[in-house]
Amino acid sequence: MSKNLFIKDSVIIRNGKLLRNGKVVVQNYPDQKLSSFLKEIYKDQELKYPKFFKMDKLSKLGYLASEILFQNIEPDPETALVFSNAASSLETDNAYAETMNDFPSPSVFVYTLPNIMLGEISIRFQLRSENIFLVSEDFDPGLFIDYSKTLFQQEKAREIVCGWVDLHNSDYDVFLCHIGPEGRYDFNEEELKKLYLPTHE
Amino acid sequence: MSDLHTELKKSIIEQLNLEDMEVSEIDNDEPLFGDGLGLDSIDALELIVLLEKDYGIKLSDPQQGKEVFNSINTMADFIEKNRTR
Amino acid sequence: MKRNYLLSDSIISPLGFGTDANLKAIRSGGSALKFHTNSRFLKDGFYAGLIPEKAIDEHFSDIGAPAMFTKLEKLMILAVQQILDQNPGLEMQDTGLIISTTKGSIDQLGKDEFPEDRLFLWKLAEVIADFFQIKKKPVVVSNACISGALAVKTANDLITAGRFLNAIVVAGDLVSDFVLSGFQSFQAISEKPCRPFSSDRTGISLGEASAAILIGPEAGKNEDRISYIDACTANDANHISGPSRTGEGLYLSISRLLAANNIEPEEIDYLSAHGTATEFNDEMEAIAFNRAGLEKVPVNSFKGYYGHTLGASALIETILTKHSLLENELFTSLNFSEVGVSIPLNIIKENRNKKLSLALKTASGFGGCNLAMLLKKEVYE
Repeated sequence: MSKNLFIKDSVIIRNGKLLRNGKVVVQNYPDQKLSSFLKEIYKDQELKYPKFFKMDKLSKLGYLASEILFQNIEPDPETALVFSNAASSLETDNAYAETMNDFPSPSVFVYTLPNIMLGEISIRFQLRSENIFLVSEDFDPGLFIDYSKTLFQQEKAREIVCGWVDLHNSDYDVFLCHIGPEGRYDFNEEELKKLYLPTHE
Repeated sequence: MSDLHTELKKSIIEQLNLEDMEVSEIDNDEPLFGDGLGLDSIDALELIVLLEKDYGIKLSDPQQGKEVFNSINTMADFIEKNRTR
Repeated sequence: MKRNYLLSDSIISPLGFGTDANLKAIRSGGSALKFHTNSRFLKDGFYAGLIPEKAIDEHFSDIGAPAMFTKLEKLMILAVQQILDQNPGLEMQDTGLIISTTKGSIDQLGKDEFPEDRLFLWKLAEVIADFFQIKKKPVVVSNACISGALAVKTANDLITAGRFLNAIVVAGDLVSDFVLSGFQSFQAISEKPCRPFSSDRTGISLGEASAAILIGPEAGKNEDRISYIDACTANDANHISGPSRTGEGLYLSISRLLAANNIEPEEIDYLSAHGTATEFNDEMEAIAFNRAGLEKVPVNSFKGYYGHTLGASALIETILTKHSLLENELFTSLNFSEVGVSIPLNIIKENRNKKLSLALKTASGFGGCNLAMLLKKEVYE
């Protein structure tokens, strides 16, 4: 069954650039802070989703990437989310820890779990589907494939978004790809690696 | 409009990250939750923190919160009566 | 399809170091929840299930140097060690390690007792894998309060995918200032030991614990064994912290699971619920169980025994469900007073024996996540 799976579209947010299928969609100004770059993407893409402003930076990265990935399409309701990163929610953990000295902030605390991002994306696209958040030191294509393959085999998903959304000390690295029965590239380790780290960049 | 009303609107916009809103867009008697401003349960918790931080008021009964956070007017009234700073 | 089984297990908690000690405490109605007054965030004191580090170190010094490891690392290593002690011949070459935690060693945030990278969850996994010289790269599941059961699903799925021959799942979380102050800011912490599904419930109690279980296709042939049937997750797509009023995600995870496995609700002998004892969570579960036709199934929550142990809870409860099935034993839903949800459930009010074959374990968590898992006893004849 896995041989019938393909990568449709992919999105990268890295080094001040937002790319869709390898093409630059939004680019930041030199020395632009991450928060203002994220807001710029939101404005540039004319998104209308005020919840965006309430999210922590990690969720903003995941949310924005999913908006660009699903540009002009309504995702299948059985689109599973298989996400991963290295730093979990450590950036927001630190932000929350700062509020602890004063008045612990419930609206910051709620984002101190990496899978909150999956909730945000599920709410935005009304996906009541399979979710998992995994943590690994580096982008691990084999892990995405093994877990996703089983979801398809067990008919728990018709499509999947595999996502790497990492943020630590303001360094960010985002890669989302949309997997389904039709698409541009085979869903295998080699293709995932190539799309995640394009050599011509 | 009193200074307290304006001050409250400013801090609500800031504390609750309502970045797309202006002070002038919030009416004094507009419901903060539900159909009005559309705040949610986490916002309510954050408003409790705001009361304590800015006005020294501890609110521990969630039921009381529902009345106090009905609108800017009800919040301002409650603060005037109970503030310790 | 080739089935995987729930094999050796271990629970390290305030109720004891090992599953047997925990079962013994549960049978006699023991609770980990004690009154503590040492938090600057809860000045009036609070109930929680805490394990003194001194007790951990006493056990740990048999296998390693306590000062070299964080509290959570030690708890998780101790749990894995018990699995290995029960399986001296386990082939480590092809054994996977799956970690379940929400916050890892978050108690170390802002301290310099250990290198900073010990805060990373992958590093926690690496420390445990290195301790036991597990060669396969460990996998970490961090998906809020369903993590413990989702890690069991992950173990099953990754064995099915051929990544591992079998897997040790280890789960753990601590009661730190971080989570205490956070749940307090949510006004979610009960002044009394938590009372799941009761009319006088006022919130959660937190607990710390670790647990481990070996999952694999090779079970003893000459004894009853518990097989993993299947598990489904579903997101509420409703709110990131508040449970869905209609129990949508939990209902969907259960109904999809039952449909996919051709199981009718009446076939389920026992339901191990999440039951955190917050007003909204327990009500949500009652609605979802009712929608799924499960309102008559004997149900309990183990939170009255342990408190909410976050990333460990669903694994501990899976292990206890396994033992319920094996021993044909239903455990009291501790601290239950009278029904406090809008739909009456068949809450287990006293320990009793009942022939059990099929059990359903559910869990729900922040981020709108929900999970349902089926476990079945295969009787040796």
